[in-house]
Amino acid sequence: MTDPATAAPAADSSDDRPGRTSNRRNVERNLLALAFVIGILAYATVDIVVLGGLSPDFGVAIAVFGALLVVAHIGVRILAPFADPFILPAVVMLNILGLVMIHRLDLADQLRAQANGTELPRADAEAQFTWLMLAVGLFVLTLLLIRDHRRLQRYTYTAALVGVILLLLPLVPGIGTSINGATLWIQVGPFSFQPSELSKILLTIFFAGYLVLKRESMAIVRTKVMGLGIPRGRDLGPIVVAWAFALVVLALEKDLGTALMFFGLFVVMVYVATGRRSWLVIGAGLLVIGGLLGYLVFSHVQLRVNIWLDTWSYAQDESFQLAQGLFGLASGGLLGSGWGSGYPQFVPFAKSDFIAAAIGEELGLTGMFAVILLYAIVVERGFRAAVAVRDPFGKLLAVGLSSVLALQTFVVIGGVTRLIPLTGLTTPFLAYGGSALLANWITVALLLRISDRARRPAPDATPLTEVQAIDVAGGDGR
Amino acid sequence: MNRQIRRLSFVFGILLLVVLGNLSLQQVILADDTKAREGNARVLLQEYDRQRGPILVQQSQIAQSEPTDDTLKYLRLYSNGPLYAPATGFYSIVYGATGIEKTDNAVLNGTGPAFFVDRLRQLFGGQEVRGGAVSLTLDPAAQLAAADALGSAVGSVTALDPKTGAVLAMVQSPSFDPNLLSSHDTRAITDYYETLEADPDQPLLNRPLVSTQPPGSTFKLVTSAAALEAGYTPESLLPGPALYTPPGTSRAIPNAWGGSCGSDDRVTLEESLAISCNTSFAYLGNELGSDALEAQAEKFGFNTAFSIPLAAAESRFPSNLDPAQTAQSAIGQFNVAATTLQMAMVGASIGNGGVTMAPYLVADTRAGNLEVISTTQPREHAVAMSPANATQLLGMMEAVVDRGTGTLAAIPGVKVGGKTGTAETSADRQPISWFVGVAPLDDPQVAVAVAIEDSNGADGGPLAMTIARNVMEASLR
Repeated sequence: MTDPATAAPAADSSDDRPGRTSNRRNVERNLLALAFVIGILAYATVDIVVLGGLSPDFGVAIAVFGALLVVAHIGVRILAPFADPFILPAVVMLNILGLVMIHRLDLADQLRAQANGTELPRADAEAQFTWLMLAVGLFVLTLLLIRDHRRLQRYTYTAALVGVILLLLPLVPGIGTSINGATLWIQVGPFSFQPSELSKILLTIFFAGYLVLKRESMAIVRTKVMGLGIPRGRDLGPIVVAWAFALVVLALEKDLGTALMFFGLFVVMVYVATGRRSWLVIGAGLLVIGGLLGYLVFSHVQLRVNIWLDTWSYAQDESFQLAQGLFGLASGGLLGSGWGSGYPQFVPFAKSDFIAAAIGEELGLTGMFAVILLYAIVVERGFRAAVAVRDPFGKLLAVGLSSVLALQTFVVIGGVTRLIPLTGLTTPFLAYGGSALLANWITVALLLRISDRARRPAPDATPLTEVQAIDVAGGDGR
Repeated sequence: MNRQIRRLSFVFGILLLVVLGNLSLQQVILADDTKAREGNARVLLQEYDRQRGPILVQQSQIAQSEPTDDTLKYLRLYSNGPLYAPATGFYSIVYGATGIEKTDNAVLNGTGPAFFVDRLRQLFGGQEVRGGAVSLTLDPAAQLAAADALGSAVGSVTALDPKTGAVLAMVQSPSFDPNLLSSHDTRAITDYYETLEADPDQPLLNRPLVSTQPPGSTFKLVTSAAALEAGYTPESLLPGPALYTPPGTSRAIPNAWGGSCGSDDRVTLEESLAISCNTSFAYLGNELGSDALEAQAEKFGFNTAFSIPLAAAESRFPSNLDPAQTAQSAIGQFNVAATTLQMAMVGASIGNGGVTMAPYLVADTRAGNLEVISTTQPREHAVAMSPANATQLLGMMEAVVDRGTGTLAAIPGVKVGGKTGTAETSADRQPISWFVGVAPLDDPQVAVAVAIEDSNGADGGPLAMTIARNVMEASLR
């Protein structure tokens, strides 16, 4: 799984050779093939270890998955030929690991149902696979419909409106449902959907569009305190609104993770847009105040903090899940138990919230490092696209989308590994959950779109060439 | 904006390092602490996932694991379960492990450091790690003889090799069947365990190692040793009146038979021991002083908690005694309390020329391929008395069996030494009958201590002697 990373320098050098097509789609293809092979091996290992032979669906699943990769790859080849070649393989690898682990947990559930003589549970991996097909479809569709990311800037306020509505939708009586204490889902007929996943993209679009307009005034500094430029009072409005909004989300939907992610995202984007570190300081200050307020006012926040600080005292009740996850991680050790040889099913919600603990148990610290580095690759390549793209909206959008992934991963894996209090966020690409999968693949499509724009060779004779050249040079800092 | 983006990616890089560091902490550095915490079912399941090694007594398995079709892949079986239960303990999914199953778990389940290469081989070759074997020092003949002779009487027997401290027998009654606690049927396990816990005779109590009782007159061996070390000889004359009243009290100590010792109320040390004269030993206790008695007792192993590697309770000889308490303590009463292990150590030390050996139960441990991992080396605990004095004391013990209170312990053709004891505990309980024996006296091979609880002296004393004789006989055969 570390192969995409180690393959990178070799691919880079081939890129510079004259006479080669430099869009590097072949690198992407090879990395996708590698991820595919790793996936087949992992899938086969799980089946052989747990079942003693391959599952009946093995061949079909492999064939369909292979076809899905071909669709995604060809989609990128046609629609975003100059896009970054590492993002898609990293994302696919994460998806494969998630699918195989969900399948492995399905098998554990089925064996338990057999032993107890109860009804066989639904195979969640199949549902997840279906969602993945839909997500890849949406990924290609996004690339197809949004040929230029700058067009999204027109929908700045529409995105804000829809994003906020989506975020607050679970609060509407009748369609909103609470799962594990957090009101984050809407239920329409048999479908449950987590609208905050989609609204994180919409709100990122809004933040980017809004900050492009306001960044200059927000960067104005009148006074300096201890070397930090303090923004004007009236420019503080938006950050206070975002902060209050996050607190409302926390209060009404009881979801610390989403609140944390949105506020963190806003602070990060304001900082990048204005270039003023004071915004980071103000943001951090508001975060501390908000955290204290949340802790003092909301009992569910207190509980989260208490079981974080004193996990083992509550190991049999409130922090059962966290403790079981830590048992799994500890039992995995350096190399893990191996696919199918651990007990990840002991952790409640191992397929969704705690899939990181399941990976840590069976693939060990080594596997976790690989997974986290895959995320790092996606985020880092997203940032590269942000640096390389010329328009400020594109920069902010790429930074925002990458940061969402980074923050989300940090918050959820940090929570599972007891680095920070546990909150209810899904692990991007790995965890079971359709809405998150759709939203994250749209995020990837947008990142590829921006990176395609950034890396596209400049047309030969345009009046802008000189300006672009300077911009690129400055931007790349080489 | 690009400068900010780069700074931001630096910040995220730091977050990445923090996450990786914390993961290393949880998965490697803190892993052993976490794994040991309560409520971790994985450790147990992993243990049931591989074949646990056997516990051996003279090459034959007294505990082994057999494959099953269960989710728990191996079942622990004990041949002669109740007989060896005080040594093996049990291995339960409900109550965890006890006995050797607990103390030598790392060898038996193959997780100890000695199995590192095996585990590597498993990792790369898929070869299953087999647990190692633990060989005990027990002598099956002695063990069986003790259990047969003990029958349904409540009590315990411990026999030692005087030269090494190896435990040859540790038997108790009532015992329990470890098979019933090590099954995979949690309901049946719980039911059985609760029955055992409700039994007033406490079958789960490891009597040989942890049941401390006043040793009564068998403690006169310690007092005699202290006297010989202080310059007395077996021929030294002691006062032996019918009643002895220690200084500072009005409560007199009588002899068991109510009369005096010796013809003119005077008696030699050897004769005192042979007939178990209380008044002369109580007097002697105060002549020697409580500090000398305590020092002597500690050289025999009192006031030390031995790990054999099962945890043995500390047998007690109290400090700072007044003369009345010293007199009582010299005849093994007041707050003196000993296990049969401790009293067997007293016998063994006298039989080993005065050198007290630390007791041990594990002869050696072996890896899955039967390569020896470790062999227990006998270890000296203390020098309790000079070889000359030890020989003299053995002679005194011989007199006990030849013509004193211990004649029932005699084995035809073998020179046997011993000491009887009848210890008062509390008003509502019958006394405890003791016997400590050593044989053969010219080259001691076995030392044994027997304690029968809640017995009346008339039945208990002979029973204790019979058991000791049978154990010594079986072990010498």
